[in-house]
Amino acid sequence: MGIVFLVLLGVWLVVNLIKTPSDFFTVLLIGITTGSVYALIALGYTLVYGILQLINFAHGDVFALSGLVASTFVVSVFGLDETTATLGIIGGLLAILLFVVVFGATINATIEFVAYRRLRQAPRLAVLITAVGMSFIVQNVSLAIFGVNFRSVPPLISEEHVFEVGDVTYQWNQLFAVLATIPVLILLSWVVASTRHGKAMRATSQDPDAAAIMGVNVNRTISFTFLLAGGLAGVGGLLYLLEFNIRYDTGFELGLIAFTAAVLGGIGNLSGAVLGALLIGLIQAFNEGLSWHAPGSDWTRSIVFGILIAILVFRPEGLLGERTPEGA
Amino acid sequence: MPLMRERLRRLEFLDPLFEAWRRIPARIRGWLPVAIVAVLAAAYPYYVSSLPTDVPVILAFPDVGASVTILVFVVMAVGLNVVVGYAGLLDLGYVAFYAIGAYTAGWFASGHFEQVRFHLGSVGVSREAQGIHISVWLVLLIAGVITAVGGILIGLPTLRLRGDYLAIVTLGFGEIIPQFVRNADSLKGFDLTHGTFGISPIDSPGFGEGLHDAVGLPTSFAQSFERARLFYWAALVILLITVFCCFRLRDSRLGRAWIAIREDETAAGAMGIPLMRTKTWAYAIGAFFGGVAGAYVASFNSGAFPSQFHFNISIFLLCMVILGGMGSLWGVVIGGAILAWLNVEGLANIGAWLNAHTPLNVEVAKYQFGIYGTIIVLMMLFRPVGLIPERRRKRELEEGTPHGVLDDPLYDHRAENEREETR
Repeated sequence: MGIVFLVLLGVWLVVNLIKTPSDFFTVLLIGITTGSVYALIALGYTLVYGILQLINFAHGDVFALSGLVASTFVVSVFGLDETTATLGIIGGLLAILLFVVVFGATINATIEFVAYRRLRQAPRLAVLITAVGMSFIVQNVSLAIFGVNFRSVPPLISEEHVFEVGDVTYQWNQLFAVLATIPVLILLSWVVASTRHGKAMRATSQDPDAAAIMGVNVNRTISFTFLLAGGLAGVGGLLYLLEFNIRYDTGFELGLIAFTAAVLGGIGNLSGAVLGALLIGLIQAFNEGLSWHAPGSDWTRSIVFGILIAILVFRPEGLLGERTPEGA
Repeated sequence: MPLMRERLRRLEFLDPLFEAWRRIPARIRGWLPVAIVAVLAAAYPYYVSSLPTDVPVILAFPDVGASVTILVFVVMAVGLNVVVGYAGLLDLGYVAFYAIGAYTAGWFASGHFEQVRFHLGSVGVSREAQGIHISVWLVLLIAGVITAVGGILIGLPTLRLRGDYLAIVTLGFGEIIPQFVRNADSLKGFDLTHGTFGISPIDSPGFGEGLHDAVGLPTSFAQSFERARLFYWAALVILLITVFCCFRLRDSRLGRAWIAIREDETAAGAMGIPLMRTKTWAYAIGAFFGGVAGAYVASFNSGAFPSQFHFNISIFLLCMVILGGMGSLWGVVIGGAILAWLNVEGLANIGAWLNAHTPLNVEVAKYQFGIYGTIIVLMMLFRPVGLIPERRRKRELEEGTPHGVLDDPLYDHRAENEREETR
């Protein structure tokens, strides 16, 4: 059945490609851009799930809060807009980036410290319910500080075209999201694969008790993981803000999409999260952008959650993950 | 609690009262408080108008119309308690069942399907009216059954998953179904749900001309001057039936199987409990009550609108169950009533009182979900068993074996800690 579905999907894509090739490639590029922002959020879910087996519902809201904080910095503190000199924009954005990374990391680690740490011995469902509660709390903090209106920033990154092939264009501001994501991913995989902290993280995720016996400070390692995840959420918040509008409840829905991406790729698996995020970004863009028999944006959420359910039911280990007892 | 009873016993002048209480047969004794509360609740419409409207902090007691909504939410909380409290399956998409129930009422008791004309025991509707008009009492059952089937369809593929994966799948369904009803106004040109406008008006329950003339029962609730009161009493009856069913279910073979699964799925399976079937039943029965409640709300509001069905409702209901005590029937009823009241008007009242009597100036109602989130987190951190813990769980804590509690309750971390220490 799955194969039939994939074949139909392929046929649908090919027909769209033949009918409106320029639309197809434009939409493809949009998909890659959104996908790379989703990747940053999805990595946060996957990191935390890998180490605590916890779906950190609050993660998406930390992302939104970071984005909102970044919007204040861009507009009110630094007063950046499209007329600012290029050097000013670069310097300002770097400073804001640094700040939101620290901000997101602090908030995320604080949530872990306040709410999850006390429940370390508790059953997993208790922690999960707590995470749902924390999500609402963070969301309401955003609401209290930033109100109900959407926040956006002036187009800081040039909207000139990187390249033009026929009708297909790619703008610098779209490319920027991708360009900014790649070094972050490289840095992250270096941290996890090659540093002492990364080693401790991997050990803790495999077996916290054994890791503790081997001298790993489990609590500190978990805090470090939340710091990393929060930092990624901060980067994601800023990048998302440069492209789209953001509001106090943006994080909830986006968080669910990113979580779906993480599950699609195989939760707990870093490259899986990136792959899943790109796929989800593409699916969303194709669904909303193609003209021949595309369900359209009204159905995006249903499609994303449909994928989530199908993956969990038929292949709970995801595309790249290994089979865990959680499945079957 | 035992300490308090000790203290009470020292008040010797109360002894005759205790004596009288003890003389009541145990069977009746258990139900007596319930009966008293039920009578007080049933008489509520008569004395609500004489209650003070300047109570500190809460200002006023809810009027009869608001009480209908409160009762229906309690029905849903009790239904969710079957899934979460008894069977230990976290369901974050209960709003889907609420939506299915409401739309079932919209399909079977309104003029929505103009193509057909079908009447079955409907009241207060012209015989010539187009659409499907089935008696609302019947529609409540139909909605329950359809929702239960929906629960089974959702459950069959997903109940194999454990814990948090199940939670996220149910959350997915809770998001898909509201979006579906919002968008399903032209499925291949067929208008199934009337999109964002929703289905309205929906018929009202009633007893028809025959019973009206014979015993004076109201013909149709909507056409009566006492509309809100009638809906209130009917909601109360539904709640009582729901509570009774859940009470009996808990002690049934099925209920004991649910609790066994909740406590230790592997052990329950090894004891020969058919895991899938038992869990699916929990889903179906929990969904049934959600469907009945949804259909009743739709009839009370005379409409089913997609904006009613938000993910937040699922969390709100979960919060009721957690506050009351997962698995504890009375706890859930009381926790549900408190939270539903807060949601309907309590928070607004408290906010108004705060703003009038303190230098604060906040819109408390705006932050309702932050408040519910805080309740969830605080309960989980400091009192995971809920306000009124289930008796079984309390006993586990108080009378654990010398080596600590042997089984592995899902939500209670204290038991877990004890076990760690005694190892």
